[in-house]
Amino acid sequence: MTSTNLTARNLVDMAEGEISREIFVNAEIYEQEKERIFSRAWLYIGHESQIENPGDYFVSKMGEESVILTRDFAGKIHVFLNSCAHRGMRVCRYDEGNTSAFRCPYHAWTYKTDGTLVGVQDYDNAYQPPFDKSEWGLVEVPQMANYMGTIWATWDENAPPFEEYLGEATVAFDHGFCAWDGSDAGTELLGSTQKWRVPCNWKFIAENFSGDWLHGVSHRSVDLIRLGPSGEVGRRDDFGQLVVNGFPEGHGILYSLYPNKQERTEYAMSPETSEYFQHCWERRLKKLGDKAGTCPLVGTIFPNMSFHAQQPRTLLVSHPTGTNETEMWRTYFVDKSAPESVKQFLREYYMRYSGPAGMTEQDDMENWNYASEASRGMIARRRPYHYKAGLGVGSPHSELPGVVTEQPITSEQNPRFFYKRWADYMDLGSWDELRDAKSVRFWERAS
Amino acid sequence: MTQTALSAERLAYLDLLREVEDFFHHEADLLDEREYDQWLDLLTDDIVYWMPMRKNVSYKNRDQDITAEDDIAWFHDDKETLVKRVRQIQTGVHWADEPISRISHLITNIRLADSVTSLDEGETMVTKCRFLVYRNRLETETDFLIGRREDTLQRVQGELRVARRKIILDQSVLLAKNLTMFF
Repeated sequence: MTSTNLTARNLVDMAEGEISREIFVNAEIYEQEKERIFSRAWLYIGHESQIENPGDYFVSKMGEESVILTRDFAGKIHVFLNSCAHRGMRVCRYDEGNTSAFRCPYHAWTYKTDGTLVGVQDYDNAYQPPFDKSEWGLVEVPQMANYMGTIWATWDENAPPFEEYLGEATVAFDHGFCAWDGSDAGTELLGSTQKWRVPCNWKFIAENFSGDWLHGVSHRSVDLIRLGPSGEVGRRDDFGQLVVNGFPEGHGILYSLYPNKQERTEYAMSPETSEYFQHCWERRLKKLGDKAGTCPLVGTIFPNMSFHAQQPRTLLVSHPTGTNETEMWRTYFVDKSAPESVKQFLREYYMRYSGPAGMTEQDDMENWNYASEASRGMIARRRPYHYKAGLGVGSPHSELPGVVTEQPITSEQNPRFFYKRWADYMDLGSWDELRDAKSVRFWERAS
Repeated sequence: MTQTALSAERLAYLDLLREVEDFFHHEADLLDEREYDQWLDLLTDDIVYWMPMRKNVSYKNRDQDITAEDDIAWFHDDKETLVKRVRQIQTGVHWADEPISRISHLITNIRLADSVTSLDEGETMVTKCRFLVYRNRLETETDFLIGRREDTLQRVQGELRVARRKIILDQSVLLAKNLTMFF
C-alpha cells in the first residue's frame, strides 16, 4: 500500500468494528509505531525489588531498545538508554547485577550509576579544550514512575504523569497487585524473567490480554486435561462472573466478580495453599466488604504491558522486535507473606500454565504466529479483521470504572478501545490532541 | 596385532556405559516415534524434570549463569505434570503441536559422571550428555535446541530409569516460540 493511505483512523473502523490487517503486517506502519507509540507512551520497565540495593541494575527494554534500570548510591532509581554516549556501544551487557559504575568495553568511557560521565580515555591529552563531561552522560528517560513497586518510564517529556496516563485503570492495579487479603502486605516477584521470541506482531499479544474472552477454544486441551490447581475440569478454578472493563486510555481489563457468600475451595491440590487462600479471603471480606470478590483476571495497560492477577499471577511485556516478531518477557509474583510451601506450589503451577513451556500459553503462541503469517498476503490484506462482538453494548457501570459489558454478553469492546487509542497515537501529534480524543464519550463511537 | 585383555573392571564399566547409551537412544526413539506412554514408563514416579534458564553473567559470576532450583525455570515438573503434558498432546486439540511436529533427538557425548562400574537395584548414578533437539513443523518452522543434560539414573526392577533430569539449554532468550517437546 502507499503511504498516503496510512492514516491510522482509516484503518480502524470503530463504528463497524472492523480493523485493517495492514496494522499487523505493514513494515511502514511498524516503523511509525516505534516513533508514535514506543517513544511516547509510558512503558513498563521492571519491579523495584529487582534493584533493592544501591548499585543494583536490571537490563530491560523500551520498544526495541535496551535500557538499564538502576538504583544509584543515593538510593534514586534511574532508567538509561543502554548505549555509550561516545560511540554507541552497549555499556551493560549483563542481564543484572550490582556495580559501582558502567564502564564501556569499547573506549572505556565510564558512567556512575546516576548516569554521569566520570571517566574518558585520555581525557587530559586528547581533548583541548576539554569538553564538558556533564553534557555527555547516559541518556536518561525524562519521566519515570514507581507505582506499587512497578517501575514505568516514557521518552516523552510532555507525556502526562503516569497516574493520569493509567486513568481509572489504577483500580485494577489496586485490586490485582495487592496481597490476596486486600492489605498492604505486598507482593513480590518470584524470581527471574522468562524471555522468548514469538513470530507475531506485538499487538496480537496486547489485545489478547486486554480481554479476548472468545478465545476459549485455544485452550481446550488444558481444560480437558485438568490443568487447574484443584484437579477439576478446566485450566483454573472457578473465578465467578466475567466483566469486560475498558478505558479511554486504551487499557483493557477482564474482571471477575465472585459472590461473597460462596465458599472458596481453590487450590485443592495443595492443602496449605488452599488454607492460606481461604484465610486471606476471610480477611479480604472484612477489609473490602462488597468489593472483596471484585478482582481483575487479566488486563493490558496500553500499549504492551499485560498481567494476570489471579491464576496465575504474572506480569508480561510484549517487546516488539519487528513487524512480525515479538520478545515476550514474563515474570511471576506472589504474596510476600505467603508461606514458602505456598510460594513453591504457586511457582510450579504458574510455570506449567504460562511461558513457552506453559501448557496454556503454548497454544496462544501457535495461534498468534499463524494468524500473523496468514494475514500478510496481498489478498489476505484486503479483508479487515472482525471485532464486532458486543458492538454498541458497553456502558458506564455502578461498581467499576470505565466502560463495562457483563455476561451473558460477550464483547470485543476492549480490543476495540485498544485500537481506537492506537489510532489516536498514530495520528495525533500533541498530548493536547490525545487528551481531547479520550475525553469524548469514546465508547459510543467505539462500540 | 596383539590383543591386550581388558580387565574385568574395565569390561564392567564399558558394559554399563553401553547400557546407558542404549537406554538414551531407546528413549530418543520413543519420543521421536511418539510412543509417549512408553516413554513415561522410563521415568521414576518421583522424577524431577528441570530445565533452568540461562543468564548473561560475568566470568567472575559464572556459577550464576544457570538459574537456581528455587527460581523460575523453563520446566520444573514432577511426574504428574509430565503425564499432563503427554495427555495434552493426546487430546488432539493441542494446537501448538497439532498438526504434529517432526522431532529428532540426537544424544551424544555420553559419560558416566562417577567412576562406577555397576549399578545395583535401587542405586543411582549421574550421567552427562549433550542433546540436539530438532523440531520442524508445518512448512518451514524449524528450531534447533542444543545443550547439556545431567541425568540421575536409577536401577528399578533390573532396568534403568530416569530419577532426575537437569536440562541446560544454551540460549538465554529462548529462540523457539514454545517448548512443546520433551528433552
